[in-house]
Amino acid sequence: MREAILTAIDKNSKLSVSDLAIMLGSTEEEVATVIKQMEDETVICGYPTLINWDKVHCERVTALIEVKVTPQRGLGFDKIAERIYQFNEVQSVYLMSGGFDLTVIIEGKTMREVANFVSEKLAPMDAVLSTATHFVLKKYKEHGLPLVQPKQDERMLITP
Amino acid sequence: MRNPLSKTVMGIQPSGIRKFFDIVSEMKDAISLGVGEPDFDTPWHIREEGIYSLEKGRTFYTSNAGLVELKKEICKYLKRRCQLEYNYDKETIVTVGGSEAIDIALRAMLEPGDEVLIPQPCYVSYHPCAVLAGGVPVIIELKGENEFKLTKEQLLSAITDKTKALILAYPNNPTGAIMDYEDLKDVVDVIIEKDIIVISDEIYSELTYGRKHISIASFPGMRERTIVINGFSKSYAMTGWRLGYAVGPALIIEQMIKIHQFAIMCAPTTSQYAGIEALKNGDADVEMMRDAYDKRRRLVVHAFRSMGLECFEPYGAFYVFPCIKSLGMTSEEFATKLLSEEKVAVVPGTAFGDCGEGYLRISYAYSIDNLKVALERIEKFVARHAKIEL
Repeated sequence: MREAILTAIDKNSKLSVSDLAIMLGSTEEEVATVIKQMEDETVICGYPTLINWDKVHCERVTALIEVKVTPQRGLGFDKIAERIYQFNEVQSVYLMSGGFDLTVIIEGKTMREVANFVSEKLAPMDAVLSTATHFVLKKYKEHGLPLVQPKQDERMLITP
Repeated sequence: MRNPLSKTVMGIQPSGIRKFFDIVSEMKDAISLGVGEPDFDTPWHIREEGIYSLEKGRTFYTSNAGLVELKKEICKYLKRRCQLEYNYDKETIVTVGGSEAIDIALRAMLEPGDEVLIPQPCYVSYHPCAVLAGGVPVIIELKGENEFKLTKEQLLSAITDKTKALILAYPNNPTGAIMDYEDLKDVVDVIIEKDIIVISDEIYSELTYGRKHISIASFPGMRERTIVINGFSKSYAMTGWRLGYAVGPALIIEQMIKIHQFAIMCAPTTSQYAGIEALKNGDADVEMMRDAYDKRRRLVVHAFRSMGLECFEPYGAFYVFPCIKSLGMTSEEFATKLLSEEKVAVVPGTAFGDCGEGYLRISYAYSIDNLKVALERIEKFVARHAKIEL
């Protein structure tokens, strides 16, 4: 049931409990209970909305920063990752394999704001050895969903 | 001038779908639950393989029966999914959609006057194809109370000395009905006893919900008397690629290839390359789509039942077939009024045979959002026209 619910709401968190119950051949009580459990266990961590900010006249800059760090004794990368993700500007932090350690995704109002964050907050941290900042020029797809106008239904209205 | 037309062709009625299509296409901004094809795009890896074959300049004819690699994959697939074993070389033909396979199977088998049993409601092409092949269609009117399954009794009473073939189409368009092992077992005995050949249109075989599709060819004694027709349109959302196939006894397939060779030459090469990719790496796509259809199916069945309409549980294809007899309208009246009053297009059951009267074919090959809007409108319509019970 857990997996069925998660798959159903993964790309559409607007589905109501009653719709989910019908669609999954379950009862409203069961669906509600399982969802509550998963929220409590932070299997479900939130219900954000996927917004294409480019369409709203609201300046936003996204940057992806490759960060090399020195892991701290006994704490590995987790402690430093936590120090970084506490900042409000930080949207995502991932531990990476390969040539650098952390991917940090930052959102700011202007390029200057992002630059200031990197030079004043991120780069000076003791554990941070180096950073490389890449600005996002355009977003095409996020969370498995294309950020474009949905395609018109081109099928004929009636077919056998 | 002499009459340029054939009497046989003139005698064929245009499909009821066509008539309704003409009405619907006049209506701007109507939303439709009327299509008989998936709403998914063909999975990208399959499309890409088609594109790649074009880039490589694979733009020539293939051998008449289809690419060897594709035929091998078809046989592997049928073994994997339907427990059917066929030889790719002698018992397999790749066709232009399932439709062509139906046509050439009938043409390969029928003598003038041979009777072909056609259980209705069913897909629109069986009857005319049988007529064009010189056969005499004999309609079996399936019943709502049997959930539109073919029963032994109905089959027996339709058989005469001239009966040669039976067209069996489960999972069914338009009813969404399937036939389980037990249901098939009953009719298999009659088919073998009466020496009838079966054309089994299994184009929706991947779309069953909670029950596994069983091919009639898998019953003992049926393999030698069954042509199994299947294709890529429904399972892989590849309707426009026009790619299907038939498997069966070499004796019949050989003659089907002969007709195909002169009439068609070969199925589109690009589509055949894409088809190989679909069969090799498409299982997960099929599962994803089946899962999505199943959710919508439950939503739609639930909605019709909440409107107070009788609606049997359809375990296959992507249609529900609710009964509207309680509203005191014919299927066509219902569909026409629904279109003009609520701007929702559905197909009257009568488009699939007279015994579809009192039913509607509702396709759920649409997004959840689309379905919800359409169902709300139908609910309003039904509430408005429901007979007041005294």
